[in-house]
Amino acid sequence: MTAAPERNGAYGPMRRKEDARFVRGRGTFVDDIQLPGMLHGAILRSPMAHARIVAVDTTAAEAHPRVEAVITGQALTELGLAWMPTISRDAQSVLATDKVRFQGQEVAFVVAHDRYSARDALELIQVEYEALPVVADAQRALEAGAPVIRDDLPGKASNHIFDWEAGDKTATDAVFAAADVVVGQDMLYPRSHPAPLETCGIVADADPVSGRLTLWSTSQAPHAHRTVYALVVGLPEHKIRVVSPDIGGGFGNKAPIYPGYICAIVGSMKTGRPVKWVEDRSENLMSTAFARDYHMHGEIAATADGKVLGLRARVLADHGAFNATAQPTKFPAGFFHIFTGSYDLRAAHCEVTAVYTNKAPGGVAYSCSFRITEAVYLVERMMDILARELGMDPAELRMKNLLRPEQFPYTCPTGWQYDSGDYPRALAMAMDIAGYDELRREQAAKRERGEYMGIGISFFTEGVGAGPRAHMDILGLGMADGASLRVHPTGTAVLGVSCQTQGQGHETTFAQIVAGELGISPDDVEVVHGDTDRTPFGLGTYGSRSTPVSGAATAMAARKVRERARIVASAMLEVSPDDLEWADGKWRVRGDPEKATGIAEIAMAAHSSLELPAGVEGHLDSEAVYNPPNLTFPFGAYICVTDVDPGTGQVTVRRFIAVDDCGVQINPMIVEGQVHRGLADGVGMALMQVIAFDADGNCLGGSFMDYLLPTSVECPSWELGETVTPSPHHPIGAKGIGESATVGSPPAIVNSVMDALAPFGVRHADMPLTPANVWSAIQGRRLRTDLAVT
Amino acid sequence: MQVPAQVEYEKASSVAHALSLLARYGPEARILAGGHSLIPMMKLRLAQPETLIDINGLSELCYLGLTNGELRIGTLTRHAQLLNSAAAGEHFPILHDAEKVIADPVVRNWGTVGGSLCQADPSEDLSAAFAALKARMVICGADGSRTVSAREFHTGPYETVVAAGEMLTEIRIPVRPGGGSAYAKVGRRVGDWPIGAAGAAIWLDGGVVADVGIGLTAVGAPQFAAPEAEEFLRGAPATEESFARAGEIAAEHCRPLSDQRGPADYKRHLASELTARALRRAFRRALGG
Amino acid sequence: MQITITVNGSAFTGEVEPRLLLIHFLRDQLGLTGSHWGCDTSNCGACVVWLDETPVKSCTVLTAMTDGRRVLTVEGMERDGRLDPVQEGFARCHGLQCGFCTPGMMLTARWLLDHNPDPSPEEIREALSGQVCRCTGYENIVRSVRWAAQQQGGDGRGGHRLAPGEAQ
Repeated sequence: MTAAPERNGAYGPMRRKEDARFVRGRGTFVDDIQLPGMLHGAILRSPMAHARIVAVDTTAAEAHPRVEAVITGQALTELGLAWMPTISRDAQSVLATDKVRFQGQEVAFVVAHDRYSARDALELIQVEYEALPVVADAQRALEAGAPVIRDDLPGKASNHIFDWEAGDKTATDAVFAAADVVVGQDMLYPRSHPAPLETCGIVADADPVSGRLTLWSTSQAPHAHRTVYALVVGLPEHKIRVVSPDIGGGFGNKAPIYPGYICAIVGSMKTGRPVKWVEDRSENLMSTAFARDYHMHGEIAATADGKVLGLRARVLADHGAFNATAQPTKFPAGFFHIFTGSYDLRAAHCEVTAVYTNKAPGGVAYSCSFRITEAVYLVERMMDILARELGMDPAELRMKNLLRPEQFPYTCPTGWQYDSGDYPRALAMAMDIAGYDELRREQAAKRERGEYMGIGISFFTEGVGAGPRAHMDILGLGMADGASLRVHPTGTAVLGVSCQTQGQGHETTFAQIVAGELGISPDDVEVVHGDTDRTPFGLGTYGSRSTPVSGAATAMAARKVRERARIVASAMLEVSPDDLEWADGKWRVRGDPEKATGIAEIAMAAHSSLELPAGVEGHLDSEAVYNPPNLTFPFGAYICVTDVDPGTGQVTVRRFIAVDDCGVQINPMIVEGQVHRGLADGVGMALMQVIAFDADGNCLGGSFMDYLLPTSVECPSWELGETVTPSPHHPIGAKGIGESATVGSPPAIVNSVMDALAPFGVRHADMPLTPANVWSAIQGRRLRTDLAVT
Repeated sequence: MQVPAQVEYEKASSVAHALSLLARYGPEARILAGGHSLIPMMKLRLAQPETLIDINGLSELCYLGLTNGELRIGTLTRHAQLLNSAAAGEHFPILHDAEKVIADPVVRNWGTVGGSLCQADPSEDLSAAFAALKARMVICGADGSRTVSAREFHTGPYETVVAAGEMLTEIRIPVRPGGGSAYAKVGRRVGDWPIGAAGAAIWLDGGVVADVGIGLTAVGAPQFAAPEAEEFLRGAPATEESFARAGEIAAEHCRPLSDQRGPADYKRHLASELTARALRRAFRRALGG
Repeated sequence: MQITITVNGSAFTGEVEPRLLLIHFLRDQLGLTGSHWGCDTSNCGACVVWLDETPVKSCTVLTAMTDGRRVLTVEGMERDGRLDPVQEGFARCHGLQCGFCTPGMMLTARWLLDHNPDPSPEEIREALSGQVCRCTGYENIVRSVRWAAQQQGGDGRGGHRLAPGEAQ
């Protein structure tokens, strides 16, 4: 890794190029797409959580004058498409055949002339169900006699999926046995949902003459989807084009392939016309990739004076009816084993047991950085619970145990190699911005008056930017990403990247990266993304990997262009390439700065009749595939101030201070926006968001009336700070920021509310801390937030 | 997005015309005002009327003012108009308190007071506010109009005394000097239906409660009112202790159901807590604070 | 049934089913795809447009109800190629990321500034509380509206007011 290269002022808070169309309402989202002859699809979904399908009668629906086709599981079976592989190498039902296994599961697909008729036709399909007992409580999924959900799997006799562990159990047990203080706590990270404002959808256009299949879809990983479609649908991959147009938010919800996509493809093949399927909100909440649902038990061991020695965690993971979690193959529990956090520990060990339940499949989504949200929640709650046990201030406890800068690179007890960071400085900065000591004084004074405010801290380390191909693949596709850079004769450039923006501003930030390497203006760089015909292969955007991986590929491609330019420049200036140095956006002769030339002139020269030396052909264009040597490790220190009304249980987030370190920042304005979003996520998850189920498996969070998202009123004015510790291995020193705040904020808020409730003897209550939940906790009654309230 | 089933549509040009359309199309016809209670139900196909009678053009039902010592509110008054009405705010701040926490600012632009009342959701805020104010509802039919107390308006969840062929046209609240009123609501988030809410209107005679009205919503209070708590307070000293006791009595007569907003014991607690808070604030306003 | 509706200053007459929601009429029949939809229960506000100068959730309005009325969508905010100060503010202050909630947010903000030319951050948050953004965490939306307010000098000019019968 080199020192930060000259950037010619390309980095900085530049206005976004994509805004020109969005502020005019001229974005192109999937539902905006109209094609000649296009038909509309709608999915009939199961109202039952677990039932045998006795009969499906589509006669009346097919007779509807505006219906073109009705597809059932039976029909898909004949095409070999009734089931599709999941990212976790399980199989997921596309349209149910034998049974339905969660409420909202897909049962039939109608193709009609307009969306209203499609919706009407759903009511004409008769399905006879035979109810089966339901597994709605993950904690009972492995009980003897529990109904077996996945009887489609040969020999399956229970709802057990896998066991997984990391760390050294023996060493950890020894540390715990010898510790002065051991504290344990059950805690749930409830089922939640990313709920991007735009739901998932597709327009599938199967051209019967050319054999080409064109798909416009809400996909965070268009190339990976293309490859999977080729494998699943059996079409040659070079005949498939996936286009992700503008996407209205992804947050992991748009990484998987959903049954509706397959149905739309089949519908188009069957009718010979384009078929659009866009789900409604209840479908999105009830059937697409949910997030979290980790039932955790954490234990922390420490000395009497607050030196943390070890951590243990046991997790029951609710994966829903199919194992469709999306993470690298070798990590079925994602990166949960980074639960060692940001502290210097002697030992740690975790065990994860995953189970099937009669709920929608998913688990890895919503900016979790592959389960790091769960891991950070666990360790940061345990730190606060330990602090209370020891009678120590939680900031002081953290300062005492945070990794020190001189300890990097640091290999944590579960094997992650954190490469860089000054943790105490970040926490000190957050405390300074917050006015921590003043807040504690205010809290003490308020307690005297019977008013309750809380101060909660969260310190997190993430590992993002997956990842090194040797260890990280998804469905066998290595997690490297590509970039291709073409420089036109007049010196403007087109960058093709495989990652896919859903609002993160790639059209701007990636242009800035190229601009920084080549000394041209970001306005002269067009970023092309989302179209598999026009961009290099890559695994897409999630897990905060765009800047760490695609951004790196971009920088590498740009540097190759620059090196080609050096050779051409040497011919132009009639010197040896070694006599040239890169300065002020030009190649110039060392010792003779007047003799210099920039990329625009060089590009023209490369295309001209200039005699080109060995090493360049008639252009500057280059490609790179970046295989990251390691993850990157953004980190942050967050402080949340809440006020609690004990008479009603209402919580107000008064202030939120966030200090983030994402390494080198390309566009601080965009970085700030990414942090703001994640902090709002925290307010939502900590205080109001949950997808719960009743004993019959009815989904209780199937609309925005019940799955509540934070508004402008619940969110305070965020107070941000930053430190910059460049990544030692990333070409431009960047680490990625997309998920940091979603990872770090929920524990800060929960810690804050628990801190407020300390005088009532409340030690822990689970998210979401709704007024009912908080009030019940004060009364000494802990509510289970994953089940129906009783 | 979910979409309604097919439906027929008529546009009314007057109240009389609307009533004749109701008569013509029978009980499967529904009045369409702002539509912000009805259309969401139609989209989810929980309501499937055969005919909609659009009354949005009936400016004769869109008014708010003082007449004969009463505040009279035409039922086509939009929530936003009630919130912005100086007359309503001056005489009955409980209505402003309630409107501020009903739905959200954009929904309030189009949803109507009448529409919400006729939807008769057991968690409707205005039902509690008008119960506290002991308002009267004017219902028009082919044979003329009749007046019903707000406390007799509801017959059950989503059911009112407005019969097929009738329309709610006006709400009347007698203006009595020297009172104060207030509304207190707890929800999980801005715009949410209440977990529990209470409204209070109080008139003082020196340091004693001369008259009081208490309305409750979302907690299973019969007819959205707390007559036992009112009975206790009438003639009692206007003190913190009385208000707290009134809250307890109100809570005793509620029948809240546990749901995802909260368990029954919490809702019962809210009935008590919020009644006391609403009384406290109404009392301060009665004193001119 | 036949309706006549003025959208962004232009009159349209057409046949619609009574049940056709205004958002679908605007998007699918008029091709004005700048307004979006994001939920089933009138909560998210992605569909906000002006109906007779008032922001409404167009997913909860039947097209039939708009007969004879005027609608303003995001496509009508720009005038003679010049962005409304609200649009400019959102672009300058990073008030949008994916752009999906943005048209609705801007239209409500425009209405707010027409009625309250110098709103406080609290008033802005309150005015937008019926509309959800999943990307920005709201802070930059507030800053965008404040920028637009300051740009207009706090006197309410520079915005959109559709006069009755106004055409573009």
